[in-house]
Amino acid sequence: MDWGQIFNQSASSIISTTTIAYALAALGLGVHFGQAGLLNMGVAGFMAVGAYGYAISILTFGFPWWLAAIVALLAAVVFAMILGVPTLRLRGDYLAIVTIAAAEVLRLLLLTVAFEEVTGSADGLYGYSGDFQAANPIPDGEYGFGPWQFNQNELWPIVIGIVLLALAVLLVWAMMRSPWGRVLRGIREDEDAVRALGKNVFAYKMQALIIGGVIIAAGGIVYTLGSNASPGVYVTSLTFFVYTIVLLGGAATVFGPVLGAVIFWVLQFFLSNLMPALVDAGVLPFMTANQAGMVRFILVGVGLMLLVIFMPQGILGNKKEMTFVK
Amino acid sequence: MSSDASSQSGPPTLVPREKTTGLHVGEATPGCKKVDPIIVADNVRRSFGGVHAVDVDHVEIPRGAITALIGPNGAGKTTFFNLLTGFDTPDEGKWSFNDRSLAGVPAFKVARRGLVRTFQLTKALGLLTVLENMKLGATEQRGERFFTSLFPAAWRSQDKEIEERARELLVRFKLDAKVDDYAASLSGGQRKLLEMARALMSNPTLVMLDEPMAGVNPALTQSLLDHILDLKEQGMTVLFVEHDMHMVRHIADWVVVMAEGKIVAEGDPSTVMSDPAVIDAYLGAHQDVDLGVVTGRVAGDGADADASRHMIEEESNDELEREEKKR
Repeated sequence: MDWGQIFNQSASSIISTTTIAYALAALGLGVHFGQAGLLNMGVAGFMAVGAYGYAISILTFGFPWWLAAIVALLAAVVFAMILGVPTLRLRGDYLAIVTIAAAEVLRLLLLTVAFEEVTGSADGLYGYSGDFQAANPIPDGEYGFGPWQFNQNELWPIVIGIVLLALAVLLVWAMMRSPWGRVLRGIREDEDAVRALGKNVFAYKMQALIIGGVIIAAGGIVYTLGSNASPGVYVTSLTFFVYTIVLLGGAATVFGPVLGAVIFWVLQFFLSNLMPALVDAGVLPFMTANQAGMVRFILVGVGLMLLVIFMPQGILGNKKEMTFVK
Repeated sequence: MSSDASSQSGPPTLVPREKTTGLHVGEATPGCKKVDPIIVADNVRRSFGGVHAVDVDHVEIPRGAITALIGPNGAGKTTFFNLLTGFDTPDEGKWSFNDRSLAGVPAFKVARRGLVRTFQLTKALGLLTVLENMKLGATEQRGERFFTSLFPAAWRSQDKEIEERARELLVRFKLDAKVDDYAASLSGGQRKLLEMARALMSNPTLVMLDEPMAGVNPALTQSLLDHILDLKEQGMTVLFVEHDMHMVRHIADWVVVMAEGKIVAEGDPSTVMSDPAVIDAYLGAHQDVDLGVVTGRVAGDGADADASRHMIEEESNDELEREEKKR
């Protein structure tokens, strides 16, 4: 077994577009679920809106990459409003049902051959990163050290991703320390009480849904920035991965989702390298290398359950909160 | 008291305060006119699956006074509260607050107009600190608007003022030691206090309290009563639902009795409480009698009782005798 390679692979995942994309998605979900108490089960849908909004804007409308990204974020605003207007006046569970359904509807729309010219159907969309790479100001060459080595083409989306993530973290931090964030947390605890104090609860929930949705969509954009958009990615299990990340790091915190994303992906890479290696080494004789690779998804599910039962406040969450959770 | 209804003397208090009188015009009948009503409700009806929870033809709540809304369980008091504050929509009817119609106005706008309420089942925001709960009560905060919230310079000074006010109120409500604790760590009675203090952060014109005394210990009850009387002195109007008749008699200037959704009696506390219909429908014959007397374990003591009390106590004595004969 090549431990060096396993650790190298795991460490390299700390800085990757995937990790950054998931961190953004988790940050947005943190605003929804952790701060406002909105049970958004359509994270995959919001990410798909970001990814396809970006790719379609370039391929179909010929927009420059930055304009395509803005269009994708605006599409997320519209998506959030479509989901929010009918459901945010109702009890919380309705939002969960509608968002999970909407995300599936969206994925099936992307998958159907009826819109193949625009969406690429099952093949997805690719070959749109020319304009983005052309805008790359980084001179050719190898950068970084140890497990983190990138050429200019790999580094560019990572730089953009980190800048977006930093901006998003700053935004969420600024919002949550303000009286606006206080109202949002109040709504999470009991929206009728907040309503009785003269706050327009519907408007606050809508604002939170839009802000979080835009941040999740930014994750979708980062995910597809330099590669391709594929409908197979935006499935419901993606939503649950992001929930795992948010709960791992601490739902009601600003940095928790970011930390959660890093830990989640390091573990994923570690297990996906370790398990097949164990099979090859003859430690797990009862399964094939392929099966062993899949075991990590089972472990994610087990991990999510353990988290919710034993540490629902997450790594960075306030332990004091847990004393009072019913 | 019924023999001398004009003298508004309640039980002795630490700070004796005048009751507000002369609130109504003409006879004190259900739905009677008030000199200066703050709330006027007409034909407000709400039914739940055929049951008329609220069926109010006409009622006026006097301004600048403390009005108690009493009635048996299921009389529709809380539903009426919900209807007035926009938390529920009636099947029909119109009602106004400060001469402006409130029909169809959403709850948060009702609150912004100066009509704040508390809930029977206390709604303290558990995972917010006591201070955060209080600050949430203040209205027109610049920092609560999304874009200005991003720039602390725009709201920090206002937030400081709000915090000062919140701390002062918390001292008055004896919650100052709990400022930085989660509201979830408060006891039931303390949560009641917090909810009331939070409602006051908005400087309301009308405060509607749904059972403010339920679960509050006797020592705090006294100070809470003083707070409610203070509110009146500061020019606020108070409407409250309460089952504690001592409190009703002690602080209410006017009493409205509901039963089966309807207003069945109105008047000043002493008159209403000696009204046989009210005693029959709600208070029961033993409201002023020690529970020990009611159960026959303690001998009755009616030395300072008035006519109606005598009647009640005679009745309970009869019962006692009957009990004794059985033995």
